[in-house]
Amino acid sequence: MTQEAVLDRAGAAPRRSSGWARFASLILADKKALVGLVILSLFVVAAVLGPVLSPYDPNAMDFDMIVGPSWTHPLGTDDLGRDLLSRLIVGTQISLFVGVSTVAIALVLGVGLGVLAGYLGGWVDHVIMRYIDLQWAFPNFIIAVYLVAVLGTGLVNVIVAISLAFVDDFARIARSMVLSIKEEQYIAAARTVGVSDFRIMWRHILPNATAPIIVQATVSVSYAILGEASLSFLGLGVEAATPTWGLILSESRSFISRAWWLGIFPGLAIMLTVLSINFLGDALRDFLDVREGRGI
Amino acid sequence: MTMVDPDGGSTRRPGKPLLELCDLRKHFPIRQGALFQRTVGQAKAVDGVSLTIRRGETLGLVGESGCGKSTIGRCILKLEEPTSGKILFDGADTAGFDRQDTAAFRRRVQAIFQDPFSSLNPRMKVEDIVGEPLLVHGVEREHSAIAARVRRLLDVCGLSAGLADRYPHEMSGGQRQRVGIARALALRPDLIICDEAVSALDVSIQAQIIRLLEDLRDEFDLTYLFIGHDLSVVRHICHRVAVMYLGKLVELSDCDRLFETPQHPYTKALLSAVPVPDPEIEERREHQVLTGEIPSPTNPPSGCVFHTRCPLADADCRSVVPELKTVGPDHAAACLKIDQRITEPA
Repeated sequence: MTQEAVLDRAGAAPRRSSGWARFASLILADKKALVGLVILSLFVVAAVLGPVLSPYDPNAMDFDMIVGPSWTHPLGTDDLGRDLLSRLIVGTQISLFVGVSTVAIALVLGVGLGVLAGYLGGWVDHVIMRYIDLQWAFPNFIIAVYLVAVLGTGLVNVIVAISLAFVDDFARIARSMVLSIKEEQYIAAARTVGVSDFRIMWRHILPNATAPIIVQATVSVSYAILGEASLSFLGLGVEAATPTWGLILSESRSFISRAWWLGIFPGLAIMLTVLSINFLGDALRDFLDVREGRGI
Repeated sequence: MTMVDPDGGSTRRPGKPLLELCDLRKHFPIRQGALFQRTVGQAKAVDGVSLTIRRGETLGLVGESGCGKSTIGRCILKLEEPTSGKILFDGADTAGFDRQDTAAFRRRVQAIFQDPFSSLNPRMKVEDIVGEPLLVHGVEREHSAIAARVRRLLDVCGLSAGLADRYPHEMSGGQRQRVGIARALALRPDLIICDEAVSALDVSIQAQIIRLLEDLRDEFDLTYLFIGHDLSVVRHICHRVAVMYLGKLVELSDCDRLFETPQHPYTKALLSAVPVPDPEIEERREHQVLTGEIPSPTNPPSGCVFHTRCPLADADCRSVVPELKTVGPDHAAACLKIDQRITEPA
């Protein structure tokens, strides 16, 4: 940069602080968001450091069957004498991985379809949206169950099933955003300049459509975690040996009268994760609403 | 000025037509029904407009909102497909352009839009907004070369180079409009469509932007189509003025002649609505106030479209469509009553 430009910059009016800095200060001011951030961070740490933190091998059996929380087994053991805390920590990894990866896949597919439908219009719009309508007609979870039934169980299939089930939500939001942004003058200006359709979608429309998509993504992460837990609960999830939250919860049913800890702790894990993500999602939505077009 | 390349002037011959509209029509179908749509009518936004923009001139296009003036601009910019009629740019029909022709056309015809708040992408920095035309047309490929040209363009438009890494919402309306002008200038076009380019600005800012547009016109040999409704602004900047009413051209004239001796009753009414900044003259002068609303373009009146509000209208006006006729040197108007006044010695 030239000397002159540096001087010019120095003379310019003070810039506002960056988006991240303002988001951080907003979270610190918002108690709910702060609680959400702390809880979610704990789960993320547990997932990342899982093997280091777990006191036992999650599948190691022991003769201490169905004992309540104690110093040796902080959250108690199940009917086969496996340590519940160790199993929940492994479950955290799977839940968070499923939650984030399914939403990532659904977001890319759904937003891609929605932007194409909204921008190109005409028969492309009709074909895509009639498919989305078809999917919309069924609850997401029913679609996920159906897809797992077709594809078979297993981690990859569960991720595919849940992500495909969420595609319609993203497609709808993206399309409606595109329809309104498409009419903005800066899109006409870009076309006048000679910007290609692809570049208009990528550089002009998408960056202006991010706010509701990000909010939908955070909500969807918690639904995806619930979805995985529900599929596992129904025996349609990851392989039986893998201790996911839903599976542990499902197995606890038989001992509900004798072993409260087997149902309470996995349930709490699911609830706290979903709740903390929703708290953070609310803060994110507030942040993105008041903002006047500044990227994060 | 560094922006002018040495052979830039050779293609510009003043006075020759740069853009011609031949019987341009743009009808928007009005559809009803959600599932099985049927067309129930046509909104005739532009209904047979023929117009020539000469090289180096500034042609004003005025009329009430909804008269189709912006639609003409959008048709020229190929943002709308005309229903019928031709748009000739430098003699070539723009409807027959392939991708390459269109790209070349885009380099030569640019636009400045009305609202400086919505015509700039809020998520792009000024540098990216002004540099985008250079990038997509491959004028410059190096990031540093684009940055340097953007700073020169900003300088030409009266903005400091330090604004290059700002976002639009960090600037004032006047600054934003200057950014829009810099973007339009980036490709060194021949023709710039100014669609209500100053209407959204404060009066003091308007004056600055108009002065900038005039300076740029002289410096870069620009031709402007200046679409607007503020007659005092149009009078100041334009060489010729076209007056539109309900999708049709009603009067086309040299700027001074139009303001001094308007022929069409609609033009007269428009001019008399402009306030005179002198209370004594304002007191004495005759006001011709139009009554009624502008009719819907879906169902325009028969004959002369202006007959429903015209003080001179008679039975003929309800059935005969007036042609644009020459009423003086470089002055044409579409009114049956003018013919009578000229033929009948009074």
